[in-house]
Amino acid sequence: METTLRGRAHTYGKNVDTDVIIPGKYCNIVDQAELGKHAMEGIDPEFSTRVKAGDIIVADTNFGCGSSREVAPIAIKGAGVSAVIAKSFARIFYRNAINIGLPILECPEAVDAIAAGDEIEIDPAAGAIRNRTKGTSYKAAEFPPFMRSLIEAGGLIPYVERRLAERA
Amino acid sequence: MGMTLTEKILARHAGLDRVEPGQIINAKVDLVLANELSAAVAIAVMRSMKGATRVFDPSKIALVEDHFVPAKDAQSAKLARLMKEFAAEQKIEHFFDVGRGGIEHVVLPEEGLVAPGELIVGGDSHTCTYGALGAFATGMGSTDIAAAFVLGEVWLRVPPTIKVVYEGAMQDGVYAKDLMLATVGRLGIDGATYRALEYHGSTIDALSITGRLTMANMAIEAGAKNGIFHADEKALAFVRERTDRPFVVERADADAAYERIVAIDVAALEPQIACPHTPDNVHPISEVLRERVQLDQIFIGSCTNGYIEDLRIAAKILHGKKIAPSLRVIVNPGSQKVWMQAADEGILKTLASAGCVVNTPGCGACFGGHMGTLGDGERCLSTTNRNYVGRMGSPKAEVYLASPATCAASALTGIITDPRVVERAPAYS
Repeated sequence: METTLRGRAHTYGKNVDTDVIIPGKYCNIVDQAELGKHAMEGIDPEFSTRVKAGDIIVADTNFGCGSSREVAPIAIKGAGVSAVIAKSFARIFYRNAINIGLPILECPEAVDAIAAGDEIEIDPAAGAIRNRTKGTSYKAAEFPPFMRSLIEAGGLIPYVERRLAERA
Repeated sequence: MGMTLTEKILARHAGLDRVEPGQIINAKVDLVLANELSAAVAIAVMRSMKGATRVFDPSKIALVEDHFVPAKDAQSAKLARLMKEFAAEQKIEHFFDVGRGGIEHVVLPEEGLVAPGELIVGGDSHTCTYGALGAFATGMGSTDIAAAFVLGEVWLRVPPTIKVVYEGAMQDGVYAKDLMLATVGRLGIDGATYRALEYHGSTIDALSITGRLTMANMAIEAGAKNGIFHADEKALAFVRERTDRPFVVERADADAAYERIVAIDVAALEPQIACPHTPDNVHPISEVLRERVQLDQIFIGSCTNGYIEDLRIAAKILHGKKIAPSLRVIVNPGSQKVWMQAADEGILKTLASAGCVVNTPGCGACFGGHMGTLGDGERCLSTTNRNYVGRMGSPKAEVYLASPATCAASALTGIITDPRVVERAPAYS
């Protein structure tokens, strides 16, 4: 499992869609670092120059709505972002983030209390969020048991490999 | 308590007597779809999986070259080729190259690859389109698609179902697109997240298959996992013309449990417009007309409205006329078959004579890929499904969404125009 994640918060509003996370014109890029250079470009053109390794995206409801493009969470990861905290996630983005190993946490209280630039610390396994700037702590919503087992197994790929081995 | 249509299909594919919302199931898939963008990532993931050498069934995978084709640049050509080589290596039966396919969601129903009661997953969010024929269909990312390629199964959380009931006759100038825009406006872009939409009502019964495809297509715009119609005689006839493989027609139980029921009064509905920058920012056209919205581009096409019926509507309005000089109008038939049908009916010539450019089938313009990308400060009226910031190109452009009729009527004036005004005019010859 991941260890403690730490970084500064970049805050956004509701319905951050996949077209602003990674505009369509970049969807033929497959390299994670290259995608990272364009992460959030549609909503925050300076993001890739401002973001530092470990930083955290904090957003309101329905983060990642729109397209099924898996390059959306890949671009966020490629930019160096260590986790996304939101009030809620769109369905396909949620699956994609877990599948590629981008930690995501649902925690409305934390989102309301975090300001841009706050230093945030996360223990993703425990769902613990700490705002070091304000000295406050939050607990993210727990993953459903199946999702938890998938995450603990190391994601969907090891899960599929195990299923294939069982069939062989 | 009975089951909804979605629950019935999921239960059968999971080998269970019944399922309930929230339950996690492993379901067998009847078809897995990918395009050259989602396939490129899925193929790389599959290659990295230990023990994954072959797809589960080469007859149950469809690969469609449609997003950046004909190739926008060398990188796009590389992805297209990667998928083509994978199709050859894995002996994929349903591979559609440029000139033999078109937009995936137009192609699959057209080719008989979708039937009632089936379970389909695709590496594209608009995979939900196939609910029009009574299938459970949902979009996923590439890693999930790679898993489905090799396992022939997916894990799913059974969604609660929202029943949407449409009653009343559609006014002149009102089409399926308007019904769905009104629905997305009502529900909101996250109003159906993690949920199934089940479409009902007398208006739906009267709707063509094309209209149902348009409506199921935009279920994702309310965040829904899938949107689904009951397969009636019309749907069965459509499918049987295209395939002779057996399928199971499911129906929701009379005592099915719906999370909520939403009623849409169709008789009172005007043509609808989704204004920038979200698909739920929907207004009746009378409100938008007051603002005299000047346009730079009109786009008619996409997996939402790239069907022959859509092109006929546009051609009828534009026949013998010229588009406004200030505009460019791009028309994109949804598939090679739609393109050929439109050619046979004289539609391509009608549109070209009016000053429209008719492009090759593909997704490019809709998602800001190529062949119709908007520049800074430009405004587009489009039959597509999304109008997020930067969706069709520049983040400084604006996209309005409407029906093909509203788009064609507006093509004559250069500003957003009510199709009823044009459609009531004497017939052109």
